[in-house]
Amino acid sequence: MAAAKVLIEELEGRARGLRCDVVKMCHYAGSGHPGGSLSAADMVAALYFHFMRLDPKNPKWEDRDRFIMSKGHACPVQYAALSRRGFFPEEVLWTLRKFESPLQGHPDMKSTRGLDMTSGSLGNGLSIGVGMALGARIAKKDFRVYVILGDGEIQEGLVWEGAMAAAHFQLDSLTAMVDYNKLQIDGENEDVMGLEPLVGKWQQFGWHTIEIDGHDMAEVVRAIEEAQSTKGKPTCIIAHTVKGKGVSYMECAVDWHGRAPTQEELDQALVELGEKGGRA
Amino acid sequence: MGERITLQSAYGQTLKELGSKYPNLVVLDADLSKITQTVHFAKAFPDRFFNVGIAEQNLMAITAGLATTGMIPVANTYACFATMRACEQVRTFIAYPNLNAKIVALSAGIEEGWSGVTHQAIEDMAIMRTIPNMTVVAPSDAFLTKKATEAIIAHKGPVYMRFGRNAFPVIYDEQVSFTLGKAIRLREGKDVTLIACGIMVERALRAAELLEKERISVRVLDMHTIKPLDEAAVLEAAKETGALVSAEDHLVSSGLGGTVAECLAAHWPAPLERIGLQDRFGETGHPDRLFEKYAMTEHHIAEAAKRAIQRKRQK
Repeated sequence: MAAAKVLIEELEGRARGLRCDVVKMCHYAGSGHPGGSLSAADMVAALYFHFMRLDPKNPKWEDRDRFIMSKGHACPVQYAALSRRGFFPEEVLWTLRKFESPLQGHPDMKSTRGLDMTSGSLGNGLSIGVGMALGARIAKKDFRVYVILGDGEIQEGLVWEGAMAAAHFQLDSLTAMVDYNKLQIDGENEDVMGLEPLVGKWQQFGWHTIEIDGHDMAEVVRAIEEAQSTKGKPTCIIAHTVKGKGVSYMECAVDWHGRAPTQEELDQALVELGEKGGRA
Repeated sequence: MGERITLQSAYGQTLKELGSKYPNLVVLDADLSKITQTVHFAKAFPDRFFNVGIAEQNLMAITAGLATTGMIPVANTYACFATMRACEQVRTFIAYPNLNAKIVALSAGIEEGWSGVTHQAIEDMAIMRTIPNMTVVAPSDAFLTKKATEAIIAHKGPVYMRFGRNAFPVIYDEQVSFTLGKAIRLREGKDVTLIACGIMVERALRAAELLEKERISVRVLDMHTIKPLDEAAVLEAAKETGALVSAEDHLVSSGLGGTVAECLAAHWPAPLERIGLQDRFGETGHPDRLFEKYAMTEHHIAEAAKRAIQRKRQK
């Protein structure tokens, strides 16, 4: 499977690039959420650089696949993907969170080219994705809808209303991906409000589930392929991840949920991520 | 008393008619379709009707998602749940992105009567009015409701429309025309203006008849659109009649009375008396008893008009 190996390596490179952008964006912004952006980077790279049907010249193309970053605070990694995918120039990334920037602190679909949905208030993205998938069904379109959920986020009750509805309406065009990095602001999920057994919860709600290592690109790709070929029910990919993945001092460190790296910290992060992470 | 028709029956039939005109019209309900009357649309267009169960936040979030795909979704539930349980979904995911979604809410006001406070929305217009991008509509009878329904579906952007629960007296006929943001002048007068919405419009008309017997000349405005407010009509009334009364089945603060007061204070201060709930909840009971207890009958409106006229003379 040489072609597959080439694809995996290419996507791994894309993910490294996204991670470089994330730490730089948060540094220049002086705020932002690097930890949860880095844990989702591999999934975002696979979606934006392999799976999603998009046209950067026509961001509102009706047949495009949809993506919702339901854990909206991880928008730096989505903004980076949109930029590297050609929706807006790199220099826009460095305006994150600044006055009159198109890159708002949390995603605003009216401000950012290529953004399918506003998010940031947690727990809403899955139900919105249900609405998008129903819209596709009515319009007889075959676009797919991907929603990345935070693990802490699924403590919100609305997530489960959405999960129930997606299964009830048999929305096999909808894929949820839980960025299961095990950490939230006040500590570990299981200490704050336990989520386990998480796979069982989704299964009992009528979803097809796939449990993967969210940083193993081959597994990420295989899981999304499996979701695409699963009929009659939505798929939830439970991706075990590491908060802050790729930057040693951010990994598994809850303090890096929402703080910006200093210049020294940025320099170290970029070294660790490798200069190959630069723009393709 | 004349004929009475529920607003939701007119709404339900109109929605069904509009289903043919708008292939992208989608209707959602939260286990109330027989009460909200969306059941007619559901039968005619089963592929474009979704019952989400008893889950109002889900209702609004799904509505938002549908709107992003070019559909015109209409979310239906009770006003308490639409504006309070699902307030954030409406605010952040429908109004903030300025999506072309409609919210139609039933059981607004103490007019609901018997179910009590949990099902009597008395703050829904206040909440919706403070949300940017949102249009707020409160029709007064079934004929106007038909036209209002056509207008809000034709309007691009988020709209909140509220009904009561019981049959409303008929005021208009099929000739009535409805323009969003344009009050209907139901009665001409020069001494005082009654500005009402929803169920209170018919009461304002009756109050005007009572006042007329006392040789008081009364203008009556049906302010069916609370936001954007027809400021021109309010200011014209303030300048030409010099005294005003607002009447709504809602808290007087921040609803119709609130928005009229803001308009007057900003542009043309004039005496305003506000009929409606005064910073208190309603309760269970026959609507007539509730309207009496909470000082919201035509007699109370007439007395308020006299107070406003008195204040005008003291100026």
